Amino acid sequence: MDKWEDNKAWFLILPVFLIVAFSAIIPLMTVVNYSVQDIFGPGQRVFVGTEWFREVLADKRLHDALWRQFLFSFLVLLIEIPLGIAIALMMPGKGWTASLTLVTLALPLLIPWNVIGTIWIIFTRPDIGFFGAAINKLGIAFDHTSSPLDAWITLMFMEVWHWTPLVALLAYAGLRAIPEAYYQAAKIDGASAWSVFRYIQLPKMRGVLTIAVLLRFMDSFLIYAEPFVLTGGGPGNTTTFLSIYLVKMAVGQFDLGPAAAFSLIYFLIILLFSWLFYQALQNVGTGDKQ
Amino acid sequence: MKFRLKYAGLIFYFILLLLPIYWMLNMSLRTNADILGAFSFYPKHPTLENYIKIFTDPSWYSGYVNSIIYVSINTLISLITALPAAYAFSRYRFIGDKHVFFWLLTNRMAPPAVFLLPFFQLYSTFNLIDTHIAVALAHCLFNVPLAVWILEGFMSGIPKEIDETAFIDGYSFPRFFMTILVPLIRAGIGVTAFFCFMFSWVELLLARTLTTTNAKPIAATMTRTVSASGLDWGLLAAAGILTIVPGALVIWFVRNHLAKGFALGRV
Repeated sequence: MDKWEDNKAWFLILPVFLIVAFSAIIPLMTVVNYSVQDIFGPGQRVFVGTEWFREVLADKRLHDALWRQFLFSFLVLLIEIPLGIAIALMMPGKGWTASLTLVTLALPLLIPWNVIGTIWIIFTRPDIGFFGAAINKLGIAFDHTSSPLDAWITLMFMEVWHWTPLVALLAYAGLRAIPEAYYQAAKIDGASAWSVFRYIQLPKMRGVLTIAVLLRFMDSFLIYAEPFVLTGGGPGNTTTFLSIYLVKMAVGQFDLGPAAAFSLIYFLIILLFSWLFYQALQNVGTGDKQ
Repeated sequence: MKFRLKYAGLIFYFILLLLPIYWMLNMSLRTNADILGAFSFYPKHPTLENYIKIFTDPSWYSGYVNSIIYVSINTLISLITALPAAYAFSRYRFIGDKHVFFWLLTNRMAPPAVFLLPFFQLYSTFNLIDTHIAVALAHCLFNVPLAVWILEGFMSGIPKEIDETAFIDGYSFPRFFMTILVPLIRAGIGVTAFFCFMFSWVELLLARTLTTTNAKPIAATMTRTVSASGLDWGLLAAAGILTIVPGALVIWFVRNHLAKGFALGRV
């Protein structure tokens, strides 16, 4: 679609720009400031240049956490995006069943994240929780507090349970925005269900799916409260993700300098990957307008 | 046959989805000793004790009131500012458009831990600490970009010819915007409102940093009370069930806009 060229459009985005810049720019500059200084207390700080960045980049524990984080986000996207689309396709389009499924779908999203972790602690306990008890009934010894694999499985279950509805809601709204005429045309052409999905629904959902992928990537890469509450990063360090280290550094040890340097690197990694996803999704499907 | 398989899959998914929530409901109707004492599919001696405590203790229920106030302010600000911006991004080319569009989203990408201190300093400077507006403004940082992105997607799905026809017919810009465009993207506005509400509702770190007592959010009340009394599971579960209610009402109100979708023929 050709856009109109007009710089006066800036007036339309000015409110958004101001309201976001108010909270964004000064804190970001402050953190950049922290990252190049050694802070002893109020008014006592020394400029240290890139020392914190070098220290953070050489930290072996952070490398391990980074790979764990990549694996986690990769699994999250791999499971949640296709599952979310499938659920949106299965959901009824109108009537009271549509209302009911929509409201039900939203429930897990509305629970504060720290509470989700706490509820899953009980839910996965083998003695008094449904999930733990059911798995033990099946004859599988399951304990997420001692086995790293079980801890990961529990985390993934919780994560998929918690966030797939977000993908499904976005995909559902995208599906509802497709004009009926497209389906009628496909019917006349005798298109199969698969080609309707491949050439109509999927390209039309590209916008909402881009948002879904980016949101799920960013939020899963920044995940903190749920694993912290459920597993505490354990057993050992097997579920210690980047943000858990970061909070330890910034709040636990109050190492503001290294923590700030770490935050900026962390931020840049997310920025880089989000940009790559964005570029890739912008180009996917544009060649399919047949 | 295919039809039945589809619904079987959907029903199976929804059972899995509701199980943890059912477990929370189950716990919320039992006392702490009962929960920890024995495995039970349903409350054998149901009690409303946990709910009564929440509804009668101001330190509990004020958390809900505070959260609802700042979340509503935030959702309103996000929608009102994002609508024109999304229109600009979807219809116009201008200096820096792509950069600003992506920059907006980068504000969701920063790990919050280190940013909390500068946030506190910034909002102290403006004397906004412990006010609802402070939390609402701070949450705009991640909700406004999201709103712009979602709405832009929906507006781009609408052919530009509709705008052109309306302007030829003599519609002014505000009139076109309110009477033609907004009704067309109702589904998008519904989703956006819900997501803004949801992300602001569950955000804890910023909200807790910027408030002390007068605007303290419910999520913060829950963590504090839990650590002080050594985990009262029943009370926590009851509070958890109650945190779902306002958002469920919001999605109930926007559900028709979501489900009705888009009818091009009406224009």
